[in-house]
Amino acid sequence: MNQEKKITMAHGSGGRATNDLIKEVFAHEFTNPVLDAMEDAAVVPGSGRIAVTTDSFVVDPLEFPGGDIGRLAVCGTVNDLLMRGAQPKYLTCGFVLQEGLELGVLQRIVHSLAVTAREAGVTVVAGDTKVVEGNGGLIINTAGVGFVPDDVCICASNCQVGDAILVSGDLGDHHAAILSRRMNISNSIVSDCAPLGEMVQALLEKGIRVHCLRDITRGGLGTVLKELAETSQVTMAVEEELLPVNAQVRDFCGLMGLDPLYMGNEGKLIAFVAPEDAPLACEIISGCAYGTRAAVIGTVTDEMPGSAYVKTSIGGKRVLDILFGEGLPRIC
Amino acid sequence: MCVALPGKVIEVYEKDALVDFSGNRVRAIAGLVPIAVGDYVLVHAGCILQKLSVGEAQDMIKLFEELEEV
Amino acid sequence: MTDISQKITQMKTWLAAYDGPDISIMEVCGSHTAAISKYGISGLLSEKLHLISGPGCPVCVTPTGYIDRLIELSMEKNTTVVTFGDLIRVPGREKSLAEAKGEGASVEMVYSPFDLMRLAKERPHQRFVFAAVGFETTAPVYAMLLKQLVEADMTNVQLLTALKTMPPVIRWLCEHGDGIDGFLAPGHVAAVTGSDLFRPLAEQYYVPFGVAGFGAEELLLAVYGTFRAVEQYRESGIRPEVKNYYPAVVSPQGNQKARELVDRYFEPCDALWRGIGVIADSGRRLREPYAQFDAGSDLVMEDRKKNQACRCDQILMGKALPGDCPLFGGVCTPMNPQGACMVSEEGSCHQYLMYHRTR
Repeated sequence: MNQEKKITMAHGSGGRATNDLIKEVFAHEFTNPVLDAMEDAAVVPGSGRIAVTTDSFVVDPLEFPGGDIGRLAVCGTVNDLLMRGAQPKYLTCGFVLQEGLELGVLQRIVHSLAVTAREAGVTVVAGDTKVVEGNGGLIINTAGVGFVPDDVCICASNCQVGDAILVSGDLGDHHAAILSRRMNISNSIVSDCAPLGEMVQALLEKGIRVHCLRDITRGGLGTVLKELAETSQVTMAVEEELLPVNAQVRDFCGLMGLDPLYMGNEGKLIAFVAPEDAPLACEIISGCAYGTRAAVIGTVTDEMPGSAYVKTSIGGKRVLDILFGEGLPRIC
Repeated sequence: MCVALPGKVIEVYEKDALVDFSGNRVRAIAGLVPIAVGDYVLVHAGCILQKLSVGEAQDMIKLFEELEEV
Repeated sequence: MTDISQKITQMKTWLAAYDGPDISIMEVCGSHTAAISKYGISGLLSEKLHLISGPGCPVCVTPTGYIDRLIELSMEKNTTVVTFGDLIRVPGREKSLAEAKGEGASVEMVYSPFDLMRLAKERPHQRFVFAAVGFETTAPVYAMLLKQLVEADMTNVQLLTALKTMPPVIRWLCEHGDGIDGFLAPGHVAAVTGSDLFRPLAEQYYVPFGVAGFGAEELLLAVYGTFRAVEQYRESGIRPEVKNYYPAVVSPQGNQKARELVDRYFEPCDALWRGIGVIADSGRRLREPYAQFDAGSDLVMEDRKKNQACRCDQILMGKALPGDCPLFGGVCTPMNPQGACMVSEEGSCHQYLMYHRTR
């Protein structure tokens, strides 16, 4: 297809142009027996404890170092399923295309989405496309379905006093990669956008007593810690010197007046595990492709239920709250 | 109030310089202070404001001991 | 134990155990307020030691009329307003630039004013107005920008200035403030002005100034040293002076060339401080020969309190703590700020709320 061709309102008409678009861009990327049947609804096998989630994805720029909105749309939803201990199985995708979107860009993004879905072990079983007025943007919604083994109980209210707190790697990579592009700073920071199935499955298979999992996305680690402290009515005590932050991201934050604790990731999780299991859990995550920089960062205590704090390098205590606003760079 | 960070001068051009912050490269406007490749400089809003004096850099212990002598 | 961690322990022990008469130190700089929260320094102090947040966040002290004027400009035909990041969400009388952008106004966010040169060259028929806020640190950046604009003979860039200077507002605080015994002086202002800028104030008002950096250890040292200086003045009459705790960056003289360049393009003027009012000679405006680069900065003379119960003025002067304000955390939050100190991430109220600080 011609690289300079763009999406027009005709592509959303439901007629010939829509069919061509689906055939040329979507159908061959997602081909599987369920989808190829082109029915109004997918009928798929499965039973037991079902996990369901949905998320919509908006990002500027659409393609960024380390990923794109397509990869993001798979990882975001798949990781949400994993955080409940589910095995992700099916995915649906809704594409809202803005008029003026380059077909070449769309093709790359759809391809990336399909590749990431295969990597994450999910099948795209339903999809939809709409076109709206605008200037070349793209919004993707995905919904995911997974199955939770009977003996698994992983939830936000299950962080227990004494638990070790682990993160699967460096903080803030995704947000820093996106902002670098937007603020015109050149560096080699890449988004960490990744599906976390390998590490979650490994933790469960090896019998680690995992009490709670959460992916660290918008709002960053600080926001996640505070939210979980409230939900579980415990105190999150982490140590500044144990927090993994890439030097490049740290200095990028320094330049922009931002804080890595409040910078989002798209391929990192925080895990709460029984203290005796912490060393093995850390080793397991470190052995996974997306967890090489995993670290134990603190413990759950009962000092002040509902609160979270960081013990700083000089021994001060910094109380954490959820992020207000959107973490804009500031210079002065 | 004024976010600024020290970085290392990598290249010097006619009106600006390339400054490195642990791998983040910024073209910062030069001209307010003489600089050379290898200097550490303070950059604020894309402008080199000052050169760091490496000799005295972060000599916290000396400062602390001065305080205690009083 | 390393030598440095031994000194840190010594300082922390003194700060926690101090039991003399109360001492209050004001950190004038908003980045210091943020750093003090971030490193948890206020929690290391005895009940008798107080750190008060001052009017050193340029975004916080910018009057509502300035934001309104920027919004007006951003709605004008062929005009784009360009700002640093966080100014975009500061509310004017009715809305912020971010909200105006949502309604179709043309607003761009940049890391550096020099990014503006590129934008302006690409679109010669568009008028670009930069929201030039800041203190002595940022003024040389605008001066360099003007130098480049003049050299390149570019006429489609203007500044809406709200530049402020430190000594007049510190003098004002020494005269009208309430029990401020010493100051943490802004390190990056001093990088330009030199630490000597604060000497006349220290001598006239008998208050110590500790020029501080922004790292955990160097900031702790400046806090400790400045509290000690007040104690020593009270106990032994040792005259308070300016002490430089940031020698890697700050010299007594600062950057003479930067100041000369600022003086070439800008002259002192009276300035309006959000919540405080007009302070004589506390601002900078473009000199007459460069009036063509001014987007009407003189028109900004309005500062309206959004909510009459707001106590930002007293908080900026160190007369009240954020928690003393009836609106704090309830009616007034970062999502719905009523006053200046809640709008910027560096504002005292924002910091106290975000970090659950009570002191």
